[in-house]
Amino acid sequence: MKTTGKVTGIVSNLVTVETQGPVSENEICYIDLDGTRLMSEVIKVNGNRASVQVYESTRGLANGAMVEFEGKMLEATLGPGLLSSVYDGLQNNLTTMEGVFLKRGEYTSPLDHGKLWDFTPLAEPGQKVTGADWLGEVTEGWLPHKIMVPFSMKEEYTVKSVAPAGKYNIDETIAVVTDSAGEEINITMTQKWPVKVAVRNYREKPRPEKVMETGVRTIDTLNPIAEGGTGFIPGPFGCGKTVLQHAIARQGDADVIVMAACGERANEVVEIFTEFPELIDPHTGRKLMERTTIICNTSNMPVAAREASVYTAMTICEYYRAMGLKCLLLADSTSRWAQALREMSNRMEELPGADAFPVDISSIISSFYARAGMVVLNNGQRGAVTFIGTVSPAGGNLKEPVTESTKKAARCFYALEQHRADQKRYPAISPMDSYSKYLEYPEIRKWLDENVEEGWVEKVARVKNLLRQGKDASDQINILGDDGVPVSYHETFWKSELIDYTFLQQDGFDPVDCLTPWDRQKYMLDLVLDICERPFGFDDFEECRDYFKEIINVIRQMNYSEFKGDAFNKFNHQLDKLLEENGK
Amino acid sequence: MANKAYQRIYTRLESITKATVSLRATGVSNDELAIVAGRLAQVVRTKGDVVTLQVFSGTEGIPTNAEVMFMGVPPTLKVSDSLAGRFFNAYGHPIDGGPEVEGEEREIGGPSVNPYKRRQPSQLIPTGIAGIDLNNTIVSGQKIPFFADPDQPYNQVMADVAMRADVDKIILGGMGLSNDDYLFFRHSFEDAGALDKIISFVNTTEDPTVERLLIPDMALTAAEYFAVDRNQKVLVLLTDMTLYADALSIVSNRMDQIPSKDSMPGSLYSDLAKIYEKAVQLPTGGSITIIAVTTLNDGDITHAIPDNTGYITEGQLFLRADPDSGKVIIDPFRSLSRLKQNVQNKKTREDHSQVMNAGVRLYADAQNAKTKLENGFDLSDYDRRCLAYAKDYATKLLAIDVNISIEDMLDTAWGLFAKYFSKAETGIKQQFIDKYWKG
Repeated sequence: MKTTGKVTGIVSNLVTVETQGPVSENEICYIDLDGTRLMSEVIKVNGNRASVQVYESTRGLANGAMVEFEGKMLEATLGPGLLSSVYDGLQNNLTTMEGVFLKRGEYTSPLDHGKLWDFTPLAEPGQKVTGADWLGEVTEGWLPHKIMVPFSMKEEYTVKSVAPAGKYNIDETIAVVTDSAGEEINITMTQKWPVKVAVRNYREKPRPEKVMETGVRTIDTLNPIAEGGTGFIPGPFGCGKTVLQHAIARQGDADVIVMAACGERANEVVEIFTEFPELIDPHTGRKLMERTTIICNTSNMPVAAREASVYTAMTICEYYRAMGLKCLLLADSTSRWAQALREMSNRMEELPGADAFPVDISSIISSFYARAGMVVLNNGQRGAVTFIGTVSPAGGNLKEPVTESTKKAARCFYALEQHRADQKRYPAISPMDSYSKYLEYPEIRKWLDENVEEGWVEKVARVKNLLRQGKDASDQINILGDDGVPVSYHETFWKSELIDYTFLQQDGFDPVDCLTPWDRQKYMLDLVLDICERPFGFDDFEECRDYFKEIINVIRQMNYSEFKGDAFNKFNHQLDKLLEENGK
Repeated sequence: MANKAYQRIYTRLESITKATVSLRATGVSNDELAIVAGRLAQVVRTKGDVVTLQVFSGTEGIPTNAEVMFMGVPPTLKVSDSLAGRFFNAYGHPIDGGPEVEGEEREIGGPSVNPYKRRQPSQLIPTGIAGIDLNNTIVSGQKIPFFADPDQPYNQVMADVAMRADVDKIILGGMGLSNDDYLFFRHSFEDAGALDKIISFVNTTEDPTVERLLIPDMALTAAEYFAVDRNQKVLVLLTDMTLYADALSIVSNRMDQIPSKDSMPGSLYSDLAKIYEKAVQLPTGGSITIIAVTTLNDGDITHAIPDNTGYITEGQLFLRADPDSGKVIIDPFRSLSRLKQNVQNKKTREDHSQVMNAGVRLYADAQNAKTKLENGFDLSDYDRRCLAYAKDYATKLLAIDVNISIEDMLDTAWGLFAKYFSKAETGIKQQFIDKYWKG
């Protein structure tokens, strides 16, 4: 018997319901509005009154409307066909909806029930299995998509039978297992999981030990993010948060990318699903869309579903992680999600914390970031969820609750600077304020030593030091004037400008410069560092400036040219000549 | 508005604030309209049988025994082709002396477009102003505000842009317009002979403040009619969104809501997004482009209103008086058009983005030189060239009174580069230097 209730109060999308029976926190219910069912979630219970947030507009809803409680939390539907889909925050498939406008109460199925998948069994009858163990696989795009024992089955089961290789749809039984009491359980290719609960069907979660390549020089070289790591990008508007996120989505070395557009512009999502089907994944040569799932709750869509969108996205990543894949979750922006929480808290007339955000915002954020990570599966294989979120601090001021809470939770910090953006020094990631805790991890240092170069981290530290010295020199020059300081100050300053202009700055819209693989990053860093560590004897600061400008110009031309191609070599040669001339 | 015979009339108000009234009533639905003592009001909250109404024209003089009638429908607008050329108030009633418009009655503030059904905005909207076309190119389906201090001529610039833009309909949503500005728009539309493609919804400073809240939804409902039903290119002008947000904060304050930053309601972001996200490029060719005005307090963009706006809109155009050239310019540092790369080098000449970046970078160098000058340091030869360039650049390209084609803007910029700098100093890709360098 489902619990029912009646609407007794409405403020925007917060509805109070008088319940006739038991309800649980975060339970899903449907409010009946003249035959249209509005999906809602219980967010507070007080006596027989439940406060529910409605995932739709409540226009026209009146007190007395009937409510039906579903007895379950918001669930994601997991199975083959998730990749290249475009969903709203509640995992409704946006591509199969009718009409130009979204219709209230229209819910569409996340997966195609008619599509046949080529199934290959992996498990044998008699085998002992538990939740997340692999029973078989289908090929989704180019990825081996494992069909697993549902995560919710926590006990040990015995495989009774597995369907033979062949074509099946997602609703057909592909395996039968028996539990300890001998009950038979039919398993299909699809399962459901409550999005707000972390999937924990793995053996252990060790520390990350590999770097995830993004092709963005200032990230990979200066402050790399680990596979299974967490990072965040705060910055005022107009500093290039979204462009940077899209670059990471295009170039990130991951098997699966889930992009959660959370309370952001619809046109940005349009950009993704217009361009991604055409763009090629640099790591596999396949179409980018084949490895991408988009969850979009754009800023004009119902506020309550914004919160759901990030959880839905995370659940999909955890599902693919359980197949032993590398997943990357990008959420833009987590501030909008926090604001959605603030709006609800405000309507419930809760006592507010800082900036009117709910007091538990910090713990909500940290438990969400904690769902990322690299895990060792029950079968010993490894999977990872790397999470990068953007934060939109009010007024660009990083001393606000969402940024501060996120700083405690995330291991990489990529601070976008207004000043750099104003000067069009993109990506505007501050080389001084940003950090990656992973550089301190012995596992990561070892990986860099083995995969990039022995002593790489020390080299990076030298680069950072040169940037710091350059900043100090520039401060002195600004205080004392060009003539008030020794020429060596100018040389120090221009060496840091050289690193900035030719290595930190990267043209995200240039087909060549946008992506720099490891070998090229190493080559270019060595080249720049070699110049920085040469002594120059300039007579005056103007000579110094003109000389470095010329070098910078040549190296930038190299950045625009194909690595070690004719044009690249020509500019490289030109650079060698310039350096030689000064040597004389 | 005609009374209906079966409507129940309530005559006892429980409480009255400056913007809202509350009473006991049953069967009332969220967002529906009501008449309170002859004034239009809208349901904003129900709690048990207590209903709170927001009274658009204010509650001055409303007695506790005022008559309240519920109308059972949210605010609507009658849409048809005969909207064209007309001036309306916030309720959609004509203020130009003409007859009421007949047409299909539509709810305002309706649902949003399915993001998957949108198309990528990719049609250039040339305005002749180089600060926009060269540095911050606008695209149809985009939403972008002018950020300007109250003393900047933002309404004039907006009118210029509207008159030059190649669109089928221009819809003006005026919120808290001074009567003079209202007449300015009216006359410039008339003088341009463009009255038949213009529709205006106007709330002047003489009208009650809270009425403003209806203006954007009215304007955008009309815009959706022309863009969706008629496949037309529609340009919506909203001025001044700061005054709109002020009205929001008044209502939320009267409803005892906890304010967030700058005493704005916590839902400010969603409230503004609901308006701006109506900008759309439809697959059928119709589009809605929104150009708005957000007035600033002494250039402060960290205030909640411009700050939230900046996170929603696809860039901003920052107006500033430039003492060197003596002109009002579009600040190349603080301005941004996020969709410019959809058209630059694709719908415009191949060297567009490189020229734009070089021009702005050199202008930034001039600012550094200026700082040196102000601090009493000697200027280098390069500094002096930068300063001379900056003045020329501001006058010939950044000033809002420029009106030339994009091709001319690019050629002008190349001319300035050659006049003041060496090829290497511009840092432009070699292939474009070889092709376009003037010297």
